[in-house]
Amino acid sequence: MAAPMLRWVGRGRRWTFARVDGGSCHRREAPTGSTSNRIRGRSSVAQQPLYTTQKPRKGEHKWAAVVGLEIHAQISSNSKLFSGSQVRFSAPPNSLVSFFDASLPGTLPVLNRRCVEAAVMTGLALNCHINKKSLFDRKHYFYADLPAGYQITQQRLPIAVNGSLTYGVCAGKKQSQVIPKTVRIKQIQLEQDSGKSLHDDLRSQTLIDLNRAGVGLLEVVLEPDLSCGEEAATAVRELQLILQALGTSQANMAEGQLRVDANISVHHPGEPLGVRTEVKNLNSIRFLAKAIDYEIQRQINELENGGEILNETRSFHYQLGCTMSMRDKEGKQDYRFMPEPNLPPLVLYDATSLPAGADPQQVINIDQIRETLPELPSVTRERLVQQYGMLLEHSFTLLNEVGLLEFFQNVMKETRAEPKKVTSWVLNTFLGYLKQQNLAVSESPVTPSALAELLDMLDSRTISSAAAKQVFEELWKREGKTPGQIVSEKQLELMEDRGALEQLCHSMMEAHPQVVMDLKKGNPRAIRRVR
Amino acid sequence: MWSRLVWLGLRAPLGGRQGFTSKADPQGSGRITAQVIEHLERLALVDFGSCEAVARLEKAIAFADRLRAVDTDGVEPMESVLEDRCLYLRSDNVVEGNCADELLQNSHRVVEEYFVAPPGNISLAKLDEQEPFPHS
Repeated sequence: MAAPMLRWVGRGRRWTFARVDGGSCHRREAPTGSTSNRIRGRSSVAQQPLYTTQKPRKGEHKWAAVVGLEIHAQISSNSKLFSGSQVRFSAPPNSLVSFFDASLPGTLPVLNRRCVEAAVMTGLALNCHINKKSLFDRKHYFYADLPAGYQITQQRLPIAVNGSLTYGVCAGKKQSQVIPKTVRIKQIQLEQDSGKSLHDDLRSQTLIDLNRAGVGLLEVVLEPDLSCGEEAATAVRELQLILQALGTSQANMAEGQLRVDANISVHHPGEPLGVRTEVKNLNSIRFLAKAIDYEIQRQINELENGGEILNETRSFHYQLGCTMSMRDKEGKQDYRFMPEPNLPPLVLYDATSLPAGADPQQVINIDQIRETLPELPSVTRERLVQQYGMLLEHSFTLLNEVGLLEFFQNVMKETRAEPKKVTSWVLNTFLGYLKQQNLAVSESPVTPSALAELLDMLDSRTISSAAAKQVFEELWKREGKTPGQIVSEKQLELMEDRGALEQLCHSMMEAHPQVVMDLKKGNPRAIRRVR
Repeated sequence: MWSRLVWLGLRAPLGGRQGFTSKADPQGSGRITAQVIEHLERLALVDFGSCEAVARLEKAIAFADRLRAVDTDGVEPMESVLEDRCLYLRSDNVVEGNCADELLQNSHRVVEEYFVAPPGNISLAKLDEQEPFPHS
């Protein structure tokens, strides 16, 4: 739903001063504010031009784009936020719906403890300030998949505020350098999901399935610190990894567990922010980047041609690769926010404020949750760099591919080979084969044990590096043979027998006398003619 | 009367909270304009179909206005009447659901276990087509 216009304009005015920079999308001077200390000191990368139009004209100003994201993550829990019906991806229509979810009269919301814990964990992982008291509100609008006519959310006082998300953008000559960037998090709030509508245009009706209605959502609102599709995509990917590491959300965009809406505007650096549009229906990270870049360019083109940008909601059409206006949305929405009368304030405690003799089931201790936070992706990457001596870029690749880290660690467990060797084989050879055939790690024909065995043979100099590559190719054919079997079948073992080796050399020299003469003359490359 | 209005104007941003969009009545005279009626009808899908209904609304607002007689200077606003209560936290167990048949009985039209609704939102044009509201 489009946010009320008031909110954006207020934000825009506040951040005009932070947007004064003439740099490129990937080479920005530190914005004013607390993040500057972290980014300062990093050398800037090769200059990349700001967005320019196709036909550069004289005296043309450069454009800067401003992107703000609103991310909804479905909380991974057994039951819904305010009712005891089940949370499951696919089930017969309306079978996971309680009386409260269907908003039958006389039903009341009862808050799910797990959802609150998930919100606190996520807030802590994103360096937020956790509000010890937060409030629930009703946001009213009419739509068939919102049976109550309002959504319970946290507009006045959300559970977590003022955090930050650090992500790494690939830059440099070969996209191999990783530059850390930070986007501020405005707030994290708990809210209800709506049901699903299936539009039947043929019979001019909409079919409503309320299975999803009432499922707990974490809305993460990012400040408009992003400036292009790639930054947005990388930031969302990092958030996905964090949520998955915490276990608070499976964050699978394809299954609708992670939804992103983007607010995009363009302006000339130094001038006030432009009118923004909201882009919805972004259901993969790739489309997110594409849609944002398209919309930025569309706005630039429109303004360059003397047109104006309407404050509207647009939908991304991935087949056409463009955004289109959504007719259904009205310009201004008045959500008539009011406090949720059926829910008292949500009070959280820490070690110092925990009331003595309180029922542990009824209190949530922020400090306790902080202690039990699992390892975050950034820490995992640091650990990989320290433990295995790999480059930071490698650790990013390992974490970015689903299942790759586990694969790598399993290989490390079973092999004697050096970590650098394993890293190289996993990231170059193994990943290369996967990408070529568009396979996921889980679909790999080569198991960690097989690769470990292969690397052991390489390590013990049983086979040469070239032979190892051959064996790997054979393994990929999924014929069920172990590396040992392949090596003996194809006789790829490095010869150790000195006598046999000498004989081989002699016979070769006899067969190629010209080559021998050239070699003696001092042309070592003549040996290549021998096969 | 005027001092009360000025005080009302000051009260709105009090507390430093993100404000709700409020509809403070600037005239204080109790009359509701046709514009406000139209806006309310659109938002709440109610039908102020007659003069009587609007008059009743104006009386209701005047009745509630008597709250302003209370001096609340320096008093922290309440969030809700439940603000002193403890918010009960439920364990994350599945205890409800699986009553599709019962729920679907409430619906006028059903297609294969889905509720049936008209497509999208009813467009505004249709609302305007209704008899123009006679506001005196």
